Amino acid sequence: MLNNKHINLPEGSIEKKTTTLNLGPTHPATHGVFQNIVELDGERIVSAEQTIGYIHRAFEKIAERRPLYQITPLTDRLNYCSAPINNMGWHMTCEKLLRITIPKRVDYLRVIIMELARISDHLICNSIVGVDTGAYTGFLYVMQYRELIYEIYEEVCGSRLTTNMGRIGGFERDFTNAAFQKLEMFLKEYPKVLKEFENLFQRNRIFMERTMGTGAISAERALNYGFTGPNLRAAGVDYDVRIHTPYRSYEDFEFTIPVGTTGDNYDRWLVRSQEMWQSINIIEQAYKKVQAFTGAEAGVFHADIPEYYLPEKKEVYNKMEALIWHFKIIMGEIDIPLGEVYHSVEGANGELGFYLISDGGRTPYRLHFRRPCFIYYQAYAELTKGAILSDAIVTMSSLNLIAGEMDA
Amino acid sequence: MSPKNDIIKQKLQEKFGDQVCDFQETYGILSFETDKELNLKLIQFLYDDAELQFKFLTDLCAVHYPDQAERELAIVYHLHNLVENIRIRVKVYININHPNIYTATKLFEAANWMERETHDFYGINFIGHPNLKRILNVEEMDYFPMRKNYPLEDQTRIDKDDEMFGRGGNF
Repeated sequence: MLNNKHINLPEGSIEKKTTTLNLGPTHPATHGVFQNIVELDGERIVSAEQTIGYIHRAFEKIAERRPLYQITPLTDRLNYCSAPINNMGWHMTCEKLLRITIPKRVDYLRVIIMELARISDHLICNSIVGVDTGAYTGFLYVMQYRELIYEIYEEVCGSRLTTNMGRIGGFERDFTNAAFQKLEMFLKEYPKVLKEFENLFQRNRIFMERTMGTGAISAERALNYGFTGPNLRAAGVDYDVRIHTPYRSYEDFEFTIPVGTTGDNYDRWLVRSQEMWQSINIIEQAYKKVQAFTGAEAGVFHADIPEYYLPEKKEVYNKMEALIWHFKIIMGEIDIPLGEVYHSVEGANGELGFYLISDGGRTPYRLHFRRPCFIYYQAYAELTKGAILSDAIVTMSSLNLIAGEMDA
Repeated sequence: MSPKNDIIKQKLQEKFGDQVCDFQETYGILSFETDKELNLKLIQFLYDDAELQFKFLTDLCAVHYPDQAERELAIVYHLHNLVENIRIRVKVYININHPNIYTATKLFEAANWMERETHDFYGINFIGHPNLKRILNVEEMDYFPMRKNYPLEDQTRIDKDDEMFGRGGNF
């Protein structure tokens, strides 16, 4: 029937009723390196297949050769939108294995940083949903406040994106006054900005029509797919690691867990937005608690564990013992106690777990990261089946997929 | 052992007898071992039982112990009862020469990629898996990189041309 000698079409391609489209690996809407091969019937998606692994860096293998403190920079590169949560999650895992008790002030400082990280992550995700529905303004506007959060990181640890923040046992140095000033500025200015940001979207008719009812998942399916974090809560399950298994004194704070009902893109957006309000609330409480410390306690920023916490530089130069500890820690010459531990924290996009097995050597015998978005991205094919292509793009961004975390 | 973990242990021993063993409680998580033929039945029991209700698969991964003859590979399931907030860890040891085990994908959709990842890195064959192929590594790869017989490159090796890797040479 077709007799054109110049065009070599693959066999069967004319009879085929659907179009295959590659979304990614470097599509602007994927916001990261991963691929979706979607089968389209007109604009409707018939089926989708996800391909991941483009930035796999074998962190679990590399970790098997590194002493504990050298694994922190690897965790930075998982969910790089909220690196401090990963850092601290890892430190907490080590502290759990080593049975270290952490001073309360360190707990509260960590809570402040982790909640700031949660805000910066949600801010990106929510504003990107805006960008993908055609509203760029919000994204540009809130960047200023993510910048402020990054400046606070910078004051605390010296870096911004991949923070490598803290040590096993606490922080590398106490928070400076500038850090607290910036935090105060953030607490003062940000609520107004968040309110304005919400006004841009929440009751915006175009935004609502684009997001409501798209990419929906029921609570039952979400649990079966291993959803955690805001995506699970948007489907109506009030599971939050901070409440269920409080770590770092989260039990000392009063906050609520926002829960959605439909599990669609709009509910995911709302849950994230409400969580940012809760995070501000937690940071305010934590900051008050930090200020309430007096005397010697007011200067505590790490636990007293010479085997794992680097001594002060001044002492390393002048004291033999400090020099020995410094050398032993840096060279990774400290044996980790035998044991097996699973610790999880509420990362910005779900339950981030660390499964660490130690055989008593100097490096982990096995380290496995439970990466939330690796697990829930599986549901993408089901979420987008029968949807319009443009809705699938919004679904992708509202799931908060981070390629670095997915591929580890 | 916490009282709830005692109940879980008792219930499992009643149901499976000697086929569940090595009960331990480390850092608050009850951990035990089961036979490789039983993995699916056990997880199904934990899922269905009205009192246990382990309906959430948190994590699935493998560990390689080259020194344990006949039981070199361990598959570790982390299950979570979200209602009462209890976590348990189930381990299954298998022979590296016959790395076959039943898939949990019928019970948990989440297991799909976790099993693919485990297959990718440890070469475990999950029987009944709908789409068991490599997920993070390239499909042409012909070995399983997380096994201990594939060590990381020796950091002190000197036979490499450093210039090709941006190190050494004249800049």
